[in-house]
Amino acid sequence: MKNDWKKYIIVLFITVALFAIAASLSNFFADKKIAEMRSIQDKLAIDILSAETQFSLLSELSCEQGDGAENLSKELNELAEKISYSEANLKGNEEVTELKRYYSILQIKDYLLAKKINEKCKSNIIPLLYFYTTANNCTECTKQGYVLTELREKYPNLRIYSFDYNLDLSALNAMIRIYKIDDTKLPAIVLKERTFTGFKTIEDIEKLEPSITKLLPKEDTKTVEGTKKK
Amino acid sequence: MSVLIFAFYIISFLAVYVQVFFLVTFLENRKKINIRSTNITLDVYPTVTIIVPCYNEEKAVMLTVDSLLELDYPKDKLNIIVVDDGSKDNTWDVLQKYSNNSQVMLLQKENGGKHTALNLGIENSSTEFVGCLDSDSSVHKEALKRIMTFFLNEETMAVAPSIVVRDPKTLIQYAQRAEYDMSHYNKKMLAFLQGIHVTPGPFSIFRKRVFDEIGPYRKAHHTEDQEIALRMHKHGLKIDHCPDAYVYTSSPSSIPKLYKQRLRWIYGFIKNATDYKDMMFRPQYGTIGMFTLPSGFISVSGVVLLMLFTFSQIYSFLSRKLLQVKAVGVSSMFGNSFSFDPFFINTRAFLFISIILYILVVAALINGRRMIHGRKIFSWDILLFLTIFSVIAPFWVLKAIWNALTGKEASWTEERDYSFKQVTP
Repeated sequence: MKNDWKKYIIVLFITVALFAIAASLSNFFADKKIAEMRSIQDKLAIDILSAETQFSLLSELSCEQGDGAENLSKELNELAEKISYSEANLKGNEEVTELKRYYSILQIKDYLLAKKINEKCKSNIIPLLYFYTTANNCTECTKQGYVLTELREKYPNLRIYSFDYNLDLSALNAMIRIYKIDDTKLPAIVLKERTFTGFKTIEDIEKLEPSITKLLPKEDTKTVEGTKKK
Repeated sequence: MSVLIFAFYIISFLAVYVQVFFLVTFLENRKKINIRSTNITLDVYPTVTIIVPCYNEEKAVMLTVDSLLELDYPKDKLNIIVVDDGSKDNTWDVLQKYSNNSQVMLLQKENGGKHTALNLGIENSSTEFVGCLDSDSSVHKEALKRIMTFFLNEETMAVAPSIVVRDPKTLIQYAQRAEYDMSHYNKKMLAFLQGIHVTPGPFSIFRKRVFDEIGPYRKAHHTEDQEIALRMHKHGLKIDHCPDAYVYTSSPSSIPKLYKQRLRWIYGFIKNATDYKDMMFRPQYGTIGMFTLPSGFISVSGVVLLMLFTFSQIYSFLSRKLLQVKAVGVSSMFGNSFSFDPFFINTRAFLFISIILYILVVAALINGRRMIHGRKIFSWDILLFLTIFSVIAPFWVLKAIWNALTGKEASWTEERDYSFKQVTP
């Protein structure tokens, strides 16, 4: 019985080639996803800059706000979802971490702007800071994530900024120092300059800061009281 | 999880390798595959004995023997030996119908298992060729002549037929029909490579001297048709496959029956392959050692891996959902409006590898079907096979591995009534 070694090797080459095709297809789509996130991020950066500029221009005169506020919120949320999905599914991709760092800075900028607007004018936007960790399998953080997603849908004017505690970023570290966030007590949320640690349900958060419940969009008031959404 | 993914890549690499190997073999040899649709005549008709072992087959045995008597082959060259292996029903009485037929010899013995019935038949035969036909199968009229043409090659020692599912009625049987068609393809490719690992119970024909040289059938974990093939390879005897020798067999009609049958096959494969492990990766045993036996183990472990993988996916999905319910209540699961964003389609490499593997398997099914039937490029039973088998196959594979590891042969015999009826394609 003779073995056709040449064939064994040719088949090996074909198999390797098929795997290379699979890997490059996967890379191709990963690159496309990163490019998509980058373009959302660029747009976000422009929007924040524009909002800042608009505020500086108008602040002396009136409290009129651009109508970009809601859009900004949407963009922030979309990017947050895509980044957290990519973190789980495009592992080992440094570009995702880079995007996340940049995104965190954008969030801080937007948070500062929202605070400024709140100080000067009567704004109906409440910023909420959320600190979580991906480092040590924090199930409470996952649960908190679900609660905040739900809360954001319930109160569109609650603007949630989420930060990965372990992301090494000096601006973020400054925030962590200011609000005295302790990594052993994550998840943590900051509402109106007060820090709360540990998992909080929707009801907990509503009790902690009753002004949130006044954020209901007018036309939705009835349906939301019955806790049913669209 | 990452260990699982790594194992997935290893196993799927090997699985793709096996399928590409077959595909390359097919492309190399497809012109040599000869499907005859007309009657043929042979220059010489060698003498042949067909042994029909039966145990409690009062209903099916007549169909089997009648189909043998209707074979287009000279009557003085074809003997039929029916061995009643101690049936408890009326099989023996039913067989008396043939007591005056000069072509048929009837033997009765105490129950001892299929291999003992076959060996008794071989002892009582004096022809140049012997074969067997399980008593739940019937043959195409031309089958024997077509098989005999393969023995014109003096080196060929045994020839396996193409087994077709007879009158599929249930979904499970339609799924098996597609599966059997794929196995023709696999078997023919293995024949080109001289790596066939089973000479199935229904209508495999041997030169009688094979048994003189390497001994009679053995019990072989109730898969004597796998063991004899491995033993032949060990002695360097060539096995071929005749794609147009059709044998029609009844297949299990329900999942529990199929489960028992497959448990026996896989268990038999694991045990026999272990018994013949010294042939593994030994170049002197050719394809059987370098390819067939290893790829059998690849598919067994692949199925286990697929199961672990699926379970881990289901587990992580459910635990995520459970966390969500704990956090925000049940209503959250239904309230969300789903908006589709292609961004969230998983595009990791294992998706594309799975697609490649599925394409190769479907190509094998289609090639097998075209090879045997010359038509029916694609039909719905292929999808049926892929879905049904990928869900239930892991269960019998895991059980077979478990039985093989724990040496659970004892309880095995309770499922034995099947070993007679079913065939390995």
